[in-house]
Amino acid sequence: MIENKEIRYTQEKNTKFEIDTAPNGIPLNYKVLNEKIHQAIQKGYEKVLLNEVCGQRFIGASLQGQIKLEIMGLPGNDLGIFMDGPEIIVHGNCEDQIGNTMNNGKIIVHGDARDVVGLSARGGKIYVKKNVGYRVGIHIKEYENKFPILLIGGTTKDFLGEYMAGGLIIVLGLEIKDDGTVIENDYPICGGELGTGIHRGKIILRTEENLENRLGIGAKVYELKKETEKTITPYIKEFCQIFKIPYDVMNEKPFKVVKPISKRPYGGNYCGNLI
Amino acid sequence: MKWNNYVSLSEKFRNQRVFDGCGISGFINLDGKRENGDQIIDMLSILSERENGLGAGFAGYGIYPRYKECYAIHLLIEDEQSKEHLIRYLDEIGNIIQSEPIPTKIPSNVDNPPITWRIFYEPRHKKSISDDEQVVKLVMNLNDHFNGVFVISSGKNMGVFKGNGWSHEIAEFYNIKDYKAYMWLAHSRFPTNTPGWWGGAHPFNLLGTSVVHNGEITSYGTNMRYLESFGYKCTLLTDTEVIAYLIDLLIRKHKIPVPIATMALAPPLFSTIEAMEPRYQIALKNIRATYRSAMLNGPFSVIVGLSCPKPTLVGLSDRKKLRPLVAAISENKNSIFLSSEEASFKRLKLKEAFNFKKIWQPKSGTAIIAQVGEGLLRNGMETPFEKINLTVEGDI
Repeated sequence: MIENKEIRYTQEKNTKFEIDTAPNGIPLNYKVLNEKIHQAIQKGYEKVLLNEVCGQRFIGASLQGQIKLEIMGLPGNDLGIFMDGPEIIVHGNCEDQIGNTMNNGKIIVHGDARDVVGLSARGGKIYVKKNVGYRVGIHIKEYENKFPILLIGGTTKDFLGEYMAGGLIIVLGLEIKDDGTVIENDYPICGGELGTGIHRGKIILRTEENLENRLGIGAKVYELKKETEKTITPYIKEFCQIFKIPYDVMNEKPFKVVKPISKRPYGGNYCGNLI
Repeated sequence: MKWNNYVSLSEKFRNQRVFDGCGISGFINLDGKRENGDQIIDMLSILSERENGLGAGFAGYGIYPRYKECYAIHLLIEDEQSKEHLIRYLDEIGNIIQSEPIPTKIPSNVDNPPITWRIFYEPRHKKSISDDEQVVKLVMNLNDHFNGVFVISSGKNMGVFKGNGWSHEIAEFYNIKDYKAYMWLAHSRFPTNTPGWWGGAHPFNLLGTSVVHNGEITSYGTNMRYLESFGYKCTLLTDTEVIAYLIDLLIRKHKIPVPIATMALAPPLFSTIEAMEPRYQIALKNIRATYRSAMLNGPFSVIVGLSCPKPTLVGLSDRKKLRPLVAAISENKNSIFLSSEEASFKRLKLKEAFNFKKIWQPKSGTAIIAQVGEGLLRNGMETPFEKINLTVEGDI
């Protein structure tokens, strides 16, 4: 059980809890921290602020409902795992596997995220201001009204959208600086093995680079169609609004679409003739 | 030394395994200024989710300035009899400058520790064989044939401190914070395929080369047989051992520059090579052909400490990036930090109001290299031959 005095109650905003995650400079264990978050939510608070987070894992695991978690510092692996509905805002970088198997909700990262962003996500939105690492959007999937969306402001690395089974990944290839200026990113927009094993969904990249030699098995590059542009525009506008960047920069480079050539890229490999 | 006397799979660990990987950390002061072990302990202990109490270790470079010309041989010894036997043997074949216990916490805070001993040793100079080579032979001989004795480090002016326990326990056991070093490596272990025992904890060391590793080397058999043909003996029951010996072979014995040696360990895929300039293609194909059996397969991220030719910190991850590695440079640009997780850097920020100029994630299969006196030579974001002056002889 956690004593009430450890959770500081701020008078100005009646509904916001502030949790000091490193009392006396010693970071709390992730189990204790998550328990504190749960207790605050149980008491009816809808906004929770975490200060000085230092690599604690599983923050926001399996949370449900209209909750807003604001994180100052560095959340650890599996931020928002199995989450169903809440909004998480991170002021800083993230570690691996944010939005792991997320069902619904929103994660906004004002910094970098590392590898395996949105692992197997089946709904919700992940907006990352800066760069991400390897295997981003691996096996994200859509089903009926569930539609996961990953929007990356910077660049990605190898294995983007690996085994993708639905949803949308948008990469803008920008460098959004902390002072608000926006320039084109120097690094390539994505690495090799782009969309390996993709069988549904779209990867949309804002770039003039030649992507042909970076494509993985089962992926192909297409021009952006009007309907697709209509689908992505609201998300990009929301991204621009969140990170306070002008929408005009989007017009400076064309968008390219990476889509699957087949719904079953490996169909022939495993008992193809039986199915 | 029998490994099964030094495993601690006691009741308290059995039901506590959260499956995860090892945690690695390291830093180097580019000016060569020595710093105490507090920082590295903080960097490692925060990664407590990456260990399960079955091994941790530290390596410090520059800890013995008083005996910097001697080989500092750190030993784990089973009993007094083996120790006497070993000291008599070393006295016969070389000069023992100093022989003393490695100070540890008394009473011990870890289960069943062996005798921890250090000997500052000088081999007798011979014309036919270099001092380094003599010490390598001695280490292989002791680990393979001597009962009850294991050499855990054998470099000059450096030492490895490792054992079975949680990282904070091992740090306390050896009193790591009292040592001062310009380069530190640290590892907290989550043993997967091999027993968690005292000798199997990381870092692995041979002369000035120390390695901490997160992952599994699936090419262990190939690498081991290759190394055996050069006289190395793999006796520590853990895959990481081969990385330490391969680096010693490539960099010390074959005198290959560090960036090229890392290319031999984690070379680009042939499909990537085909898309390069012809001279780079020739160079890389030659590296791959010559060191075919030295290539490391499987998921890994490693941090390597080298003391020859110059004190160097190297970070490297596998080509498919299956294990994490993050790098940082301090605000005054005099230290380079590497770690499994950014939490290590955040911990330093929290505790010591430490600021970083930049935190970044190096590319997969690309080495980050920092050298005392030279600065950050490669930041891990380059293409293979960027910043390398390469000339190819003959026709292309």
